[in-house]
Amino acid sequence: MTLLNWPGIWAIFHHEMMRFFRTIWQSLASPVVSTVLYFVVFGAAIGGRIQSVEGVPYGAFIVPGLMMLTVLQQAVSNASFGIYFPKFSGTIYEYLVSPVGWVEVTLGFVGAAAAKAILIALVILATSFFFVGVHILHPFWMLAFLFLTALGFSLLGFILGLWAKSFEQLQIVPMMVITPLVFLGGAFYSASMLPPFWEGVAKLNPVLYLISGFRWSFFGLADVPVGVSLFAVAIFIVICLAIIRWIFATGWRLRE
Amino acid sequence: MTGIIEIDNLSKQYDSGTKALSDVTMSIEEGEIIALLGPNGAGKTTLISIICGLVVPTGGTVRVDGHDIRTDWRAARKLIGLVPQEIALEPFETVFNSVRFTRGLYGEGRDDAHIEQVLRSLALWDKRDAPTKDLSGGMKRRVLIAKALAHRPKVLFLDEPTAGVDVTLRREMWQVVEQLRREGVTIILTTHYLEEAEEMADRVGVISKGQLLLIRPKDELMREFGRKTLTIELDEALHAIPPELLGRGLELAPEGDRITYNYDTTAERTGIARLLGELATLGITVRDVSTRQSSLEEVFISLVQEGEAA
Repeated sequence: MTLLNWPGIWAIFHHEMMRFFRTIWQSLASPVVSTVLYFVVFGAAIGGRIQSVEGVPYGAFIVPGLMMLTVLQQAVSNASFGIYFPKFSGTIYEYLVSPVGWVEVTLGFVGAAAAKAILIALVILATSFFFVGVHILHPFWMLAFLFLTALGFSLLGFILGLWAKSFEQLQIVPMMVITPLVFLGGAFYSASMLPPFWEGVAKLNPVLYLISGFRWSFFGLADVPVGVSLFAVAIFIVICLAIIRWIFATGWRLRE
Repeated sequence: MTGIIEIDNLSKQYDSGTKALSDVTMSIEEGEIIALLGPNGAGKTTLISIICGLVVPTGGTVRVDGHDIRTDWRAARKLIGLVPQEIALEPFETVFNSVRFTRGLYGEGRDDAHIEQVLRSLALWDKRDAPTKDLSGGMKRRVLIAKALAHRPKVLFLDEPTAGVDVTLRREMWQVVEQLRREGVTIILTTHYLEEAEEMADRVGVISKGQLLLIRPKDELMREFGRKTLTIELDEALHAIPPELLGRGLELAPEGDRITYNYDTTAERTGIARLLGELATLGITVRDVSTRQSSLEEVFISLVQEGEAA
């Protein structure tokens, strides 16, 4: 295999991260404020009535779901915007004429989007310590799930950015697809709380596997076996990579 | 000797069936400046885009310093810098960071001294910390050139560098190209300003309807295709060309005080001496004589017309 152009990957990664740090307070403030709101509404108001889910206080139970909600949204929006913007401004030509291939471009953009999403998720975790006592049972697996999820959904966002032809298209997928999937994926409840039929329907939602695996790393509780969760994320990543490779090989929406 | 760029039977047919390029073959020597001339839609940008990697050819090969652009694309692209036709810059990025970013994309390590030198040579150093959105059109174009030079390419492509640029900026751009030529950079530029090709190029290629009609040294082209016009100003106006001089292609100005004579500079005898002698014999006094060489524009138009007729 040809040696990768590491300075090229670094250039893209650094360029994307600088955009994040230029507006660091905006980047962090919005997810932190919404997390606090979730804690106030779901944790204090509703949580006061639910008390606990499968032995875990409700306030703590929703922390993994909240982190996943943020990671998914941030990963998709950062990665999609990252690659869409050069397409919009016309600077995409630089990536197409320079000695960087699909692997370098993907690593640079997706790496930066995933890094930003992970950073924000960790800030949310830190914020949650102010509201609830959270104990992480399997810290390694927690980080592993966080990383794999951020990676998978950054890849999805990257595909979205490659596909999009307008800013409207860029926003519609996170709004119409990601948010409902997270809410229906057990971010704020356990799938076992649903009637059997809806529990079956919920299990068709890929995000359920992510949240379940992630929650397991915190509390040792899962809606689906952890191995299945990991396998689902891995399959998702492989499919996304295959699609990206195809897009770069054919030049679809890139060299048009 | 093989050139720095070897293009062999290059063709491009789009899915729609449009043939943008047909069997183009040419060799470009290191250090020369080539101007590719042609009307809009002739295939100039397609040719450049294929060499740079923006468009995939349907046939033929291109080698840059021996590296095939498809099988050995990383090595080939490292040698190339492209200044696109449209100004495309990230609006909020500073000039310096923008150039440094491009250098990174080409796999080169950080070298702020080189970037400083490039920015200084393009009179952009004072603007290094300015976001590109705050720059004038001419400066933005120079930033694109700086970006294209950030990794020290051996070959620079300038796609319509002066399209939509005013006369002052165009002159400024020519000076930049002249400076790059002195530094030994091979330059391939497309233009439909013939004046530009005349001013800068060592060789001129004419492309029309996807075909390379010719590629020749500019001076040779001008000599060969260039006709000269001799204008003879007369002391006293004539009513008509004297019968003795008919059939020579002479034209009399409406005022009758000027005779023009078109001749071929490459012909064995231009006929000028004979004409002047005959005028003296006929008692016509000549006040002044001047010659004018036809411009590349006229050469170009006649070539494209010939190409279309063929």
